[in-house]
Amino acid sequence: MLEIRNLNARVEGADILRNLSLSIKPGEVHAIMGPNGSGKSTLGNVLTGRPGYEVTSGEVLFNGKDLLSQEIEERAREGLFLAFQYPVEIPGVTNMEFLKASVDARRKHLGLPDLSSFDFMKLARETSKRVSLDAAFLKRGVNEGFSGGEKKRNEIMQMMLLEPSLCILDETDSGLDIDALQVVAGGVNAMRDDKRSFIIVTHYQRLLDYIVPDHVHVLAGGRIVKSGGKELALELEAKGYSWLEDEVA
Amino acid sequence: MTDFQTTDFQQRALTLAGQQQSPAWLAALRFEGSEQWLNADWPGRRTELWKYTPLQALQKSTSAGWSSALPQGAGSAALLTIDAIRLVFVNGVFDAKASTANHDSVVRFSNANDAQRSLIEKHLGRIVDTKRHLFASLSNAWVQDGVLVHVPRNVVLEKPVYVVHVSTPEAEPVIANQRLLIVLEDNSQAELIEHFASDARTQNSFVNALTEVSIAANSSLQHYRINLEQEAQIHIGGVHIDLQRDSRYSGFTIAEGSALKRIDYQINHRGNGAYASLNGVYLPRNNQLVDYHTNVEHWAPHCTTSEIFRGIIGDSARAVFNGRILIHPDAQKTLAELSNRNLLTSDKAEVDTKPELEIYADDVKCAHGATVSQLDQTAMYYLQSRGVSKTQARTMLSFGFINELLQDLPQPAVRDYLQHHLTVLFGMDTGTGLS
Repeated sequence: MLEIRNLNARVEGADILRNLSLSIKPGEVHAIMGPNGSGKSTLGNVLTGRPGYEVTSGEVLFNGKDLLSQEIEERAREGLFLAFQYPVEIPGVTNMEFLKASVDARRKHLGLPDLSSFDFMKLARETSKRVSLDAAFLKRGVNEGFSGGEKKRNEIMQMMLLEPSLCILDETDSGLDIDALQVVAGGVNAMRDDKRSFIIVTHYQRLLDYIVPDHVHVLAGGRIVKSGGKELALELEAKGYSWLEDEVA
Repeated sequence: MTDFQTTDFQQRALTLAGQQQSPAWLAALRFEGSEQWLNADWPGRRTELWKYTPLQALQKSTSAGWSSALPQGAGSAALLTIDAIRLVFVNGVFDAKASTANHDSVVRFSNANDAQRSLIEKHLGRIVDTKRHLFASLSNAWVQDGVLVHVPRNVVLEKPVYVVHVSTPEAEPVIANQRLLIVLEDNSQAELIEHFASDARTQNSFVNALTEVSIAANSSLQHYRINLEQEAQIHIGGVHIDLQRDSRYSGFTIAEGSALKRIDYQINHRGNGAYASLNGVYLPRNNQLVDYHTNVEHWAPHCTTSEIFRGIIGDSARAVFNGRILIHPDAQKTLAELSNRNLLTSDKAEVDTKPELEIYADDVKCAHGATVSQLDQTAMYYLQSRGVSKTQARTMLSFGFINELLQDLPQPAVRDYLQHHLTVLFGMDTGTGLS
């Protein structure tokens, strides 16, 4: 599914990722944890091709194809999805317009016929219900005036509509109350199957009570310093990150 | 130094103005206008009010030059679908067939009764300051017919007034004079939609359109001015508004560009507690020009102004925005905000924006700002990260930038019409409905 080999990346002249390697197989859920500034968000940004994130060396294969040479939108159409830590507000463009344009693009890439406006609106309304977002949000500007929790649920709704093969959740749990957290986790768990993979980037162990990962990695100083099973998350919860950072140093 | 050609335009226009038939009681205004028009210094590059907007497009090179229109049928412009009191003019000539039946509150000057006539005499040409607005004096010199909307005390006009000006190409390029006078008495309310349209053919007329608005105490007017003519259309327009105590004016204006398109708004807060909001959109493309000059003057205390203009300038087009708010010494406790944002979608596009705030009172809250920028890169990335192509993302963001001002328009017929127009203009109809 995803092969990251010796990835080095910099942002605004600073080296953030250093020789990062990671292999994800279909159906796996990987949690990436780590202290602030460890490069957790950078990974998602680099994989999706965010402008300003420069890959200096290394390679990434997604479904066997070179990912880093693809345009941002090509990666998305191929099935890569990033739930943003800070979803962007786009006033004047309705959520419905935005979702329809996204789904149209993905379906076209997969060789599927366009959904009619009627069918799409029906699907969008059903999906918004699944993430407990009132259908009125579909008519509002993209994320415009949404609360933090509503923005995150909107991200999960997009994920459900686009049915990506690799989903990266970038601190989707940050700032959420327990109800919203359960909605997010419920969305992920409902989508888990033996083909779809997830990278859950989180600062807190709490989310992993609801989304049980197959692998947990600790990122510090731009590289993976420790990997383990789900029990590693509990260890981190108890001991914090400093003992690992000391190991790196 | 005056330019021989353009002085020639002044002469030619005056000759045509003199040929217009009009009621005798308008003769004094016409005479006054003629004098001012002929004696006015023709604007050049050093004339501050016309600095970025040359008038060369008025110098038609055809041997006959400008002429005035003959009565003719309606053109094929796409109009609003709305239940309204509708008056249609084609190249300045009233088209009875395309208009709705007579209405007590909405009459043409030529049909005015004595009471209406005295209202017209009292206000027409008196709200606009002709010393500052050259083409208003031509309008006065020319005034032969026009529309009076008169809403008496305590009356809420039951339907919107929809005044349509259609341009169609003529064998000789014509000058069409459009004149509108709105008089709202105390505690009254009305909605007015002015729509300047043309068919798709290459236009060759010059529309000189002047609207004067008097809003008495505690009255309110909702006003739309839509300028979506074909790009060869020349348009010089002015909207001049006097607001009395506790009255309200809410205006929205949109213009696509043309060889020469200049629209002036003058808003005078004359009574305590008046409120004015004016939002506008300009969308010049190709080699077009749009020039908005707005001037809001606070003469009285406790008045509020909110003004937002946004423009998208593409290709080799040019936009001019000059937004001035002037707070006179007596206008304490004024609240005034002016914002102008511009998106340039090409390297050759140009905007000259100048927000001006002049404050002579000491207890006021005012803010103004102007920005010129490209599309938001983070929003571009967000859209692309969902599979939307770069081109489509640009289109969506451009649309959104303008739609922010359209989506809250209170009149659904105008909102739907403009949103549809924009989706077509931006080539982004995805069929989910926008409202």
